[in-house]
Amino acid sequence: MPAVSKGDGMRGLAVFISDIRNCKSKEAEVKRINKELANIRSKFKGDKALDGYSKKKYVCKLLFIFLLGHDIDFGHMEAVNLLSSNKYTEKQIGYLFISVLVNSNSDLIRLINNAIKNDLASRNPTFMNLALHCIANVGSREMAEAFASEIPRILVAGDSMDSVKQSAALCLLRLNRTSPDLVPMEEWTARVVHLLNDQHLGVVTAATSLIITLAQKSPDDFKTSVSLAVTRLSRIVTSASIDLQDYTYYFVAAPWLSVKLLRLLQCYPPPEDTALRSRLTECLETILNKAQEPPKSKKVQHSNARNAVLLEAIALIIHHDSEPTLLVRACNQLGQFLQHRETNLRYLALESMCTLASSEFSHEAVKTHIETVISALKTERDVSVRQRAVDLLYAMCDRSNARQIVAEMLGYLETADYSIREEIVLKVAILAEKYAVDYTWYVDTILNLIRIAGDHVSEEVWYRVIQIVINRDDVQGYAAKTVFEALQAPACHENLVKVGGYILGEFGNLIAGDPRSSPLVQFNLLHSKFHLCSVPTRALLLSAYIKFINLFPEVKATIQDVLRSDSQLRNADVELQQRAVEYLRLSCIASADILATVLEEMPPFPERESSILAKLKKKKGSGKLPENVNGNAELHAEEPAAANKASPPPPTEVLALNPTPPAAAHSLLVDVFSDLSAPTAVAEDHLSRFVCKNNGVLYESQLLQVGLKSEYRQNLGRIYVFYGNKTSSSFLSFSSWVSSSDVLKTQLNVHAKAVEPVIEGGAQVQQVLNIECVTDFSDVPVLNVQFRYAGTLQNIEVKLPVMLNKFFQPTEMTSQDFFQRWKQLGAPQQEVQKIFKAQHPMETDAAKAKLLGFGVALLEGVDPNPANFVGAGIIHSKSAQVGCLLRLEPNTHAQMYRLTLRTSRDSVSQRLCQLLSEQF
Amino acid sequence: MIHFLLLFSRQGKLRLQKWFTPLSELEKKKVIRDMTLMVLARPPRTSNFLQWRDLKIVYKRYASLYFCTGLEEKDNELLALEMIHRYVELLDKYFGNVCELDIIFNFEKAYFILDEFLMGGEILETSKFAVGGSVEEADTLQETMEEYMSKPAY
Repeated sequence: MPAVSKGDGMRGLAVFISDIRNCKSKEAEVKRINKELANIRSKFKGDKALDGYSKKKYVCKLLFIFLLGHDIDFGHMEAVNLLSSNKYTEKQIGYLFISVLVNSNSDLIRLINNAIKNDLASRNPTFMNLALHCIANVGSREMAEAFASEIPRILVAGDSMDSVKQSAALCLLRLNRTSPDLVPMEEWTARVVHLLNDQHLGVVTAATSLIITLAQKSPDDFKTSVSLAVTRLSRIVTSASIDLQDYTYYFVAAPWLSVKLLRLLQCYPPPEDTALRSRLTECLETILNKAQEPPKSKKVQHSNARNAVLLEAIALIIHHDSEPTLLVRACNQLGQFLQHRETNLRYLALESMCTLASSEFSHEAVKTHIETVISALKTERDVSVRQRAVDLLYAMCDRSNARQIVAEMLGYLETADYSIREEIVLKVAILAEKYAVDYTWYVDTILNLIRIAGDHVSEEVWYRVIQIVINRDDVQGYAAKTVFEALQAPACHENLVKVGGYILGEFGNLIAGDPRSSPLVQFNLLHSKFHLCSVPTRALLLSAYIKFINLFPEVKATIQDVLRSDSQLRNADVELQQRAVEYLRLSCIASADILATVLEEMPPFPERESSILAKLKKKKGSGKLPENVNGNAELHAEEPAAANKASPPPPTEVLALNPTPPAAAHSLLVDVFSDLSAPTAVAEDHLSRFVCKNNGVLYESQLLQVGLKSEYRQNLGRIYVFYGNKTSSSFLSFSSWVSSSDVLKTQLNVHAKAVEPVIEGGAQVQQVLNIECVTDFSDVPVLNVQFRYAGTLQNIEVKLPVMLNKFFQPTEMTSQDFFQRWKQLGAPQQEVQKIFKAQHPMETDAAKAKLLGFGVALLEGVDPNPANFVGAGIIHSKSAQVGCLLRLEPNTHAQMYRLTLRTSRDSVSQRLCQLLSEQF
Repeated sequence: MIHFLLLFSRQGKLRLQKWFTPLSELEKKKVIRDMTLMVLARPPRTSNFLQWRDLKIVYKRYASLYFCTGLEEKDNELLALEMIHRYVELLDKYFGNVCELDIIFNFEKAYFILDEFLMGGEILETSKFAVGGSVEEADTLQETMEEYMSKPAY
């Protein structure tokens, strides 16, 4: 046991820790701990009052036991007692215990809050800091409620010590992250921004962290911080490194503060003021220049800190994306790092270049490094670095280099780590599709993928290749020939059997002329794989067989024999058995004409976004596609789009011959049938009419008419519901109420006032519904109406048109603001995009009216293409306000729309996209 | 923002855990397990960075201890490395050539020093002088054990 080096020793604690370390087994450890727990419990319960020191020691032991991974269910009270001790060490241990072992016991929270309150009021900076730390560590709602109004005051008070200000800033930051609604900042904004001018660099650093978070939430309120940040940054950058004394880290001036200031500037577009702008450019140039100077120290800390600032400056340059000279310099700098001997720098250079690749100024410059990146993929020892190289290749890919990059990625796939194979497969599949000029290349690539990494090829990938083959008749013959050849391999992956089965079932006739791939050869080849496959694949093969019967009457008898065999007709699996029975009967009784109709070639799939991209986005927010880099923004299926797809159907459904149930009609391959499924309910139909308007008739039958008038303000709404009795006799026991799903109940409060139980013949009564949006929601509440008419009880359920967009408040903004925010909401899950066919005539005025009715402000002159619509608004809910940006691009030629929504909350983006896309 | 900081030994024994986002005990255990498994499996002379879910993991080994931290997408990895280094320097300054045993036997001090340095997942004070100073100052506020024992219990 080492001698305790400093401060007071707690000998008992040291002995205990040493005992635990000497335990030879887990059992011995548990035994020793139980003995100690019993001892502590008896001390706490004993008649003799414990002195502060003992209490501290035992609480500390409990903490140690907890940190070892054991449960602690007592001692909280003693720890709370320590909080009110006036001895620093006791207080400190008490706070540590509370911070680590928070207990939601409400009595205790009250006591803790009380102790904190006293310490905050003590004017003793050490005690105040302890209290602030405790609030920041626990960060619970109760604490936010108790202290959210107090802490800003401490932060800006003239007489607060610097160290207290620092703690207050970060404490506020924590509370703002956990309970933003409880931390009103309006009143304090100006004074908080002013902290950037503080003399104490520690205060400035802490305040900058706080301002970054606040500025991300409400950029307008903190706009003034930009000029202060630039000034501050410029002072640091140009300072001689000794000026800042202790804030110089290994000869680098205030690296933490510099990085924070550069981060803060990334919340905003480049400054409009030219003087400020040139000052910032000067700063960035100075930082880039410094990178070329010889290092002031050989220590890795020096170069790390210097490069940290440099990379953050490059991040800002990329974010601004406006100064071509800076961008090119940034790219060259990163190019140097790509070849640096430090692995860390190579890793970071690859990472930064990924974002640089999406800038139109530097995309070409990034491309010049392709050989270096490919060699990194082949030679790097570190898998994290190789993964970054894959990301960068993906980001720099365009039409000019797609073949090379896809080939390299395929090559790498053979030796890649298992952990990243699936991601590489998705990336290859996306690139192959996006940049395919020649679809035979695409088919080859995907089949190669299946051959090399079949286990990692997800359903989305092989569904997609089938969609594309079906939609492009120029590639069908080639695809049939290629899969036929690939299936010749003695061991081929099951995914290949699936693709092969589907494609030969559809297009086997295109290669049947060649005797080497005659119908019987094709069938025998497929059937030779049958017994090796899983149930879903076998089901798919059975469907391919029945398609063969239609395509090739000459093999009908052979296939019927197979279907008739016991292993099919009496298969233990219900699905397989049913298919065998049904297909056999179908082939026996149906005439050739009927067969040909039923088993006709699959119709083209509706043009739609690739679900592979959605899958990739879901998997990881990494590696964004360089969208529209070369102005190739045509609206077609290859365009990557967002993740609002339902999960794909089980593969057994792929070739289903009967119309699928409507529930599955949203899914991937089967929705060729969606035209067959009738709209489900009339009430539903009414619902979509109310998305863009607030008044109208909600329901009408021979007895009753229900009309609505609604008004919304911020997160509150009021609906007047009118019930009209269309008959001449009275409705008795009339009642109406609103019901919501359990989830919706927590998201939306609906309060219905009671109505008179009798409605006279021909009369109308009114009911008022008060509505409050607590948080964003996607369910729809249901209006239930019940009454007795002519002796029978009538029950009516109608969906009540309260949708998320009702809580929109339109926001006007300038074109620059719009694009700035658009960029800020660039994370993959924040964007939802949908491409869909127009259901109504594509008229500009009608579209405008719908968008206004939807609740957003229409922004004129923002989109470079005047045919496009751009809108902005804020969704108000009790818990949060969510800013929404939308863009609607009509393509009258194709009778299609592309709708893009960006909001800070993915659930909001998805719901709004769903609601709005049904309106056009 | 830093999500967590973990210190563990080469054998995977956890020596210190600091969480800046609310997680259940179960989730914490999962993070600890994933981190120790991933980091300890890294071959020598690789980069100090990993991607784990949507977090950037930055780790560094000092003698027998691994320091491992989880950062957000936008955070600066190199500076996180130096954040770890600065913490090691602070421990060094306080304990005088710190070793794993110091942190085991004085775990509460390691937490106190960390609290002076980081708060709410952000850097609170980067100056070695200021942080060291306030921890030392706290020590002078402490009474010795003798003083405690000589005082009557209350």
